[in-house]
Amino acid sequence: MTTPAAHRPLIGARRMHLGDTTFRISLFAAGALVIIVLFSILAIMFAGGKLAFDTFGLGFITGTEWNPVTQIYGALPAITGTLMTAILALLIAWPIGFGIAFFLTETCPVKLRGPLGVAVELLAAIPSIVYGMWGFFVLAPFMAEYVQPWLTSTFIWIPPIPDTFYWFTAPPIGVGLITASLILAIMILPFIAATTRDVLLSTPQLLKDGAYAMGATRWEALTGVVIPAVRGSLFGAVFLGLGRALGETMAVVFVIGNAIRMPDSLMAPSATIASVVANSFPEAEPGTLDLAVLLALGFILFVVSFGVLAIARLLLRQERMS
Amino acid sequence: MKQLSPASRARYFRRQLVDRVMSGLCMVAAGVGLVLLGLILWMLFSNGIGGLKLSVFTNSMAQPGAEGGLANAIVGSLIQVGLGATIGAPLGMMVGVYLSEVGKESKFASVVRFVNDILLSAPSVLIGLFVYQIAVAPMGGFSGFAGALSLALIAMPIVARTTEDILRLVPQAYRDGAVALGSRENEVVRKVVLPAAFSGILTGVLLAVARIAGETAPLLFTSLGNTNWSTDLTQPMASLPIAIYRYAGSPYPEWVSLAWTGAMLITVGVLVLNILSRFSHAAVAGKSQG
Repeated sequence: MTTPAAHRPLIGARRMHLGDTTFRISLFAAGALVIIVLFSILAIMFAGGKLAFDTFGLGFITGTEWNPVTQIYGALPAITGTLMTAILALLIAWPIGFGIAFFLTETCPVKLRGPLGVAVELLAAIPSIVYGMWGFFVLAPFMAEYVQPWLTSTFIWIPPIPDTFYWFTAPPIGVGLITASLILAIMILPFIAATTRDVLLSTPQLLKDGAYAMGATRWEALTGVVIPAVRGSLFGAVFLGLGRALGETMAVVFVIGNAIRMPDSLMAPSATIASVVANSFPEAEPGTLDLAVLLALGFILFVVSFGVLAIARLLLRQERMS
Repeated sequence: MKQLSPASRARYFRRQLVDRVMSGLCMVAAGVGLVLLGLILWMLFSNGIGGLKLSVFTNSMAQPGAEGGLANAIVGSLIQVGLGATIGAPLGMMVGVYLSEVGKESKFASVVRFVNDILLSAPSVLIGLFVYQIAVAPMGGFSGFAGALSLALIAMPIVARTTEDILRLVPQAYRDGAVALGSRENEVVRKVVLPAAFSGILTGVLLAVARIAGETAPLLFTSLGNTNWSTDLTQPMASLPIAIYRYAGSPYPEWVSLAWTGAMLITVGVLVLNILSRFSHAAVAGKSQG
C-alpha cells in the first residue's frame, strides 16, 4: 500500500529536500542578480567618472564650457539640452497621447477600438533609430523650409532675454532643440497613449456608470470621476514617458545638431547627455579624462532617470494596490 | 425638456457643447497621431523598398561604388540578438518565477520587482557604457560577445516582467492540485505552472527579442560594428542597427539607400515579432477561459 508519495516528508521536513533547496537558491540568486546589476551600473559609472568629479568638483555640473582641446568639461549644456528636449517633448506628446487614449476608451466606435489599440501598441515597438532617420531625412528639411521661418515670424514679439535666450529667433537650419523635441514627442506618443489607455481602462466601470446615471456627459464623467480616481497612475504614465525621453539616444542624435554649448534659442543646435556620450565615445581612449567625463555624464543621467522612473513606478503601483 | 427653465436649458446645451468639442478634439488628436505615425511608416517603405535587391542579403557591406549589401550586418544581428536572448531570457524567466512563485509579497521580492521595473526603462545607452566598462575595456577590445551581453541585460527585465504577469494568471487551483498529489515545490513549478503558462512566457521572449533587435545605442559601445564578414564572437561584429546608423549619415546615395532598406527590414522584423507574440498571447487567454 505504501506508494513513494506516502513516504514523502511533511511540510516541515520538506525544506531539507535537495531539489527544492537548489530550486529556491537559484531563483533567489536570479532575483538578487537584478539588484546587483542596478547597483553595479551605478558603481561602475561613478568609479569610472570619479576622475571627472575629482578634477572639476561641483563645477562639472554647473560648468558651461565643453572643450576637449583644453580638457575643460562642464556638463550644464548637455544637462540643459536633455531636460529641455524631454520636457518639450512631453508637453507636445502628452495632450495628443491623452486625446488618443480618451478616444480609444470612450468615443471610438467599438469595432475600431481593438485594431486602433493594436496599431498604437505596434507603433510603440518601432526602433528609435527609425524615428531618428525619419527626423534627419524628412522632418529636419521640412522644419528648415517651412516651420522654423514661420515660428520666427509668428513669435517675434516674445521679448528675448538679452545675450542669453532668443526663443524662436535663430537661423532656420532644421536640426536643433525643437526638431529633437518633436521627434522625441512622436516617438513617445504611442507609448504615452498606450499606458494612458490602460490607466483609463482600469477605472472601475461602476464609477463611470454612477457618473452617467447622474446625467454626466462623457467629458464630465472623465474630468469629474475617472481622472480623480486614477490621477496617480496618469502622472505615473507621464513620468514613464519622461524617463524614456530623457535617455533616448538614437532618435535624438540625428536631429539635435550636436553642438555642446548652452542653447541660445529653442531652435539652436544642442546636445543631450545621451547624444554626447554616443558622439564623443569614439574619440575617448580608456583611462583618459575624456572617457571619465562620459562615464560621469552617464552617472548623472542614470541618477536622474532612476529618480523619474522610481516616481513613475511608485505612482503606478499606488493605484494598482488600492 | 419643456419643464426646463431657459437658464438650465442653456446650461444643458453648454455642457453638451463642451462634451462634443472635447471629444472632437480628442478624435483630432487621434487622427493627427495616427497620420503622423502612418507617414513615418510610409516614408520608410517608399524609401526602403527600392533598394531591396538580392544583393542586400548576399553581399557584405562594401566601399561606395561597389555592389554592397547588408549580409554581414544581418547575420551579425541574428547572432548577437540570438545569443543575447539565450542569456537574457532564462535569467528573466527565473526572476519572474521567483517573484510570482517564491518571493511573492516579501520585502526582498518587492525590492526586486521595483528594481526590475526601473531596469526595464533604463536608458539603453547606459547599459552599453556599463558593458564597455566591465567587458570591453578589461578584455581589450570590442566584441560580438560584449554586444550580446548588453542585449541580454536589456532582455532580462522584459522577460522577467512578462513572466511574472503571466504566472499570476495561472489559477491557484493548479498549484493546490499538484501539491495535493504530493509534488514538491520545484515540481509544481516545473511540471504544472510553467507548462500552463508556456505560450504566455513565449510572448514575453518574443517581445524582448523584438526590442533588442532594434537596439542601436548599446552596440556602439560593445560590438562596435564591422564592415567585413565576421562571425567571430571575440572580434567586433556588424549589426543591422549600427549599419543603418553609419550609412544614414554618409554622403553616398547608395549607402543612404541601403540604410533605408535596412531600416525597413528591421521594422518589418520587429512588427512581425510583435504580431506573432500577440497570437501566442491570444492562445493563452483562450486557454485560461476555456
